[in-house]
Amino acid sequence: MRRAAREDRGVEIGGNRHVPTGHAHNWPKLIFEKLREFQVRHVTYVPDTGHAQLIELCQAADGMEPTVLTTEEEGIGILAGAWLGGERGVLLMQSSGVGNCINTLSLSKVCGFPLLIIVTMRGEWGELNPWQIPMGQIAAKSLQLAGVIVYEVTEPEAAAPTVEAAARICFNGGLAVAVLLSQRMLGTKLFKD
Amino acid sequence: MGEDSKLPRRAAIARILAERQDTLVVTGLGSSTYDCAAVGDHSFNFYLWGAMGSAVTVGLGLALAQPNRRVLVITGDGEMLMGLGALATVAVKRPDNLSIVVIDNEHYGETGMQRTHTSAGVDLAGIACRCGFPQTATIRRAGELDNAVSSLYRSKGPVLVVLKVSPARDPLVLTPWDGALLKSRFRQAVLGAQVA
Repeated sequence: MRRAAREDRGVEIGGNRHVPTGHAHNWPKLIFEKLREFQVRHVTYVPDTGHAQLIELCQAADGMEPTVLTTEEEGIGILAGAWLGGERGVLLMQSSGVGNCINTLSLSKVCGFPLLIIVTMRGEWGELNPWQIPMGQIAAKSLQLAGVIVYEVTEPEAAAPTVEAAARICFNGGLAVAVLLSQRMLGTKLFKD
Repeated sequence: MGEDSKLPRRAAIARILAERQDTLVVTGLGSSTYDCAAVGDHSFNFYLWGAMGSAVTVGLGLALAQPNRRVLVITGDGEMLMGLGALATVAVKRPDNLSIVVIDNEHYGETGMQRTHTSAGVDLAGIACRCGFPQTATIRRAGELDNAVSSLYRSKGPVLVVLKVSPARDPLVLTPWDGALLKSRFRQAVLGAQVA
């Protein structure tokens, strides 16, 4: 699943993110367009820097229903309820939230609810905060053990096509699918003002 | 107040569901599901048999997706305590068609009747009120049920009603627990036969 690191010369953006040079900065917009294409209406999320632009696009979109959560597993319940009522959604979170979701994922698994999750990774590649590393290192395996199909994305150009593939098997198959966006494409939080 | 003066849970739930009409019902795992099953199975019921803490969030998603129907969540104090944050999330979304009944026997009935936090005074209706629910109540007597029933079906929500009930155990009444069946049955009943 993992890919070799590209050469990472890196630049700082806003003084607090370290991201590889020369990548497509519009990947959040392209993911947003895929969500619209798949008639995703309910956007449940725990605030996160990596998802900030996508969250803002969804908040501004006509007909989308953004719901901020106190903890990630609330999104699994809300999206199950939305599906019972005939509507689709997505859960946006950081990898630290994966562990919060494990038992609640049984709802999706047992009932065959479609569950589309987009996870921004921490503690996975060049992380500075050691407290993020334990969960970041087991996020993909934990999701897989809980029955979630996992797609890992390391290149920004692959983000939207991967969300499209995930959405297709998720909503057509009644499956839980997570797209993990690597720190290799998101950059690393540098803890500077 | 002695336990004898508390509400009998089955009678209280039967009283509430008698006026459901086309209300969509989501139940929390354990005795709340048995209480609803004792009234009678219904294709507009979705029973949770696990995923503890999720009854209110499932109800929220359903209420947002079906804004023209009343959604009633019926759950217990133990399940509600596990998902307290969901009350804050509901209060922020303010779905006016969502009502929540918490059957509060102050015990974990499924696991050996250990006491829950509500037995020590944790006030679920107070928490919901301070989160921003426009309608909350704690009901201790049968005579107070009429007002609560009216509020659950007709007040602008979100509504939360706590029923302080006797911890006496009632006979088990089981529902189907095949989750895929329950999901598809509910969707077909609500959305039409063409959906799976």
